[in-house]
Amino acid sequence: MMEFNNTRYKKRKLFNQVAMSLSMATVVIALFFLSWILFTLFSNGFEYLSTAVFTESTPPPGGTGGLSNAIFGSLLMVLFATLIGTPIGILAGTYLAEYGKSGWLAPTTRFINDILLSAPSIVIGLFVYEIAVHQFGHFSGWAGSIALSLIVIPVVVRTTENMMLLVPNALREAAAALGAPYWKVTTIVVYRSAKAGILTGLLLAIARISGETAPLLFTALNNQFWNTDMAKPMASLAVVIYQFALSPYDDWQQLAWAGALIITLFVLGLNILARTVFRQEQVQR
Amino acid sequence: MSSYHSNMANAGGASALPAHSSLDTQTNTKGSTLSSPQKPNQNMGALLDKLFKGTTMFFASLVLILLVGIIITLFIGSLPTFKAFGLPFFTSAEWNPVTEEFGALVPIYGTIVTSIIAMCIAVPLSFGIALFITEIAPVWLKRPIGVAVELLAGIPSIIYGMWGLFVFAPIFAEHVQPWINDNLGELPFLGLLFQGPPMGIGMLTAGFILAIMVIPFTASVMRDVFQVVPPMLKESAYSLGSTKWEVVWNVVLPYTKTGVIGGIMLGLGRALGETMAVTFVIGNSHEIFASLMMPGNTISSAIANEFAESVGELYTSSLTALGLTLFIITFIVLALSKLLLLRLAKQEGKQS
Repeated sequence: MMEFNNTRYKKRKLFNQVAMSLSMATVVIALFFLSWILFTLFSNGFEYLSTAVFTESTPPPGGTGGLSNAIFGSLLMVLFATLIGTPIGILAGTYLAEYGKSGWLAPTTRFINDILLSAPSIVIGLFVYEIAVHQFGHFSGWAGSIALSLIVIPVVVRTTENMMLLVPNALREAAAALGAPYWKVTTIVVYRSAKAGILTGLLLAIARISGETAPLLFTALNNQFWNTDMAKPMASLAVVIYQFALSPYDDWQQLAWAGALIITLFVLGLNILARTVFRQEQVQR
Repeated sequence: MSSYHSNMANAGGASALPAHSSLDTQTNTKGSTLSSPQKPNQNMGALLDKLFKGTTMFFASLVLILLVGIIITLFIGSLPTFKAFGLPFFTSAEWNPVTEEFGALVPIYGTIVTSIIAMCIAVPLSFGIALFITEIAPVWLKRPIGVAVELLAGIPSIIYGMWGLFVFAPIFAEHVQPWINDNLGELPFLGLLFQGPPMGIGMLTAGFILAIMVIPFTASVMRDVFQVVPPMLKESAYSLGSTKWEVVWNVVLPYTKTGVIGGIMLGLGRALGETMAVTFVIGNSHEIFASLMMPGNTISSAIANEFAESVGELYTSSLTALGLTLFIITFIVLALSKLLLLRLAKQEGKQS
């Protein structure tokens, strides 16, 4: 009697096929939304991209203009946020990677840092408002930079630690055996071999803050005019997009779409660049 | 040199330290007579070592100071509110800037409801994506799919907001909400949640957009934890004749349970604090409606909308108190997430 009862087997197989198809469907759904959003940006933003967008300041309603002051403000604030946040992040990450095997400070810092990594950025904005804007009595580009730098720090700490831990211990030992003190081992050998990884983290951090709106809303506020003074309120691309998109004026909304396209291409470009830098380094090893 | 050797022999390898210290005294006595510049140089090295360690330590502790600073600053900022309203601040649905009466119930309710909607949608989708990447996809497809899903996380939240308000909401109002009204609105009890005018904006829309935004975070944690399952466990199950689904459901999921919940908590933490996308589509109404189709408010969108224009100490302070509440809620959720993931890592360490 070689007759199997096949129904149970068939049922299991069918159930498996249904589950696997559903799993594939979820991927299709995610890709569908990604392409839908990108398509929306291109179809709405591309036609309004012109040289005026990059050369003229934000217009009053009904007027013509561009986003140059907002783009400049964003670049300036991102630059200073990176300059403030990167050294702090790299040094803190160094402590976690090189001295973080014992004691209570390293595990606690690691834990808190991972939480700050996902902490709501609007709360960072409130914090900087209280310590910078409220104290000095006015909104400023500096306050915006500080708020953004507080978002840079956790990202850089995390990647720096991870990348330095990837450096083989044999390298450290070889350098120490040649008589190098530990700080030299770290700065000359470990930093150098973790360079690409740390750079990746930096690029990801810049990508992250370039699109941030919430922490700038009440720190840097906004500025309708061309402004190079970091002590004054400063326009940023993200805040201008927010203001223009919710306005009832057609020409403002069009500029918002153009700005949205610019900011997304910039951020996604940085993301992809960061991945390529890291990947090339890995291939080389 | 001979004395050096004899010293080593005396120490006998029982402990390296005595041998080392006697070596030091040896060189020091020699150094004072023969090579005197050696000593300050070594001291310099040791000093710089300490200095370097101290500097990195200082910046590491700065991260902790930042956390403490945020909590203290926000607490001081919200003191006037706590003094004026006390604990009932959290249970009052009042929000009236004119009469200066504020309560946190509506934004807290909105924050929690939109996040729950988001997680109900995002968890199964993330699970499916993680499953596809780890178990189904051919090797050449894994990386592109992984990158594409992570690009979803790279899109700035303000873009989600614009897309949600101008593209998604109209389509949602025209095609999806009437269907929900007709089909789910008839259900006993639950029907109340799904009855309402098809406006496009509201809590359901906000939850839906939040879901797309948290998928990359939850999916990538799930993918990472699925990858730590020892192949031997899975292969054993396969060899007993299990289907792929049975392996995932009965072997992979039980093994990675804590990590999966950790990933869900991480997504929840993100959803709770998300600001700009929600601000665009939530509708900003300081009222609680039974229906999910009605507009509402979340903590973060209330702050984003009103803070820059808030006048009067009590108004500003109430928004700060909302911020503090949000920070503490997300802190707890994210800390839980981290603890669960650490537990999985520890369990992993024990078994290997």
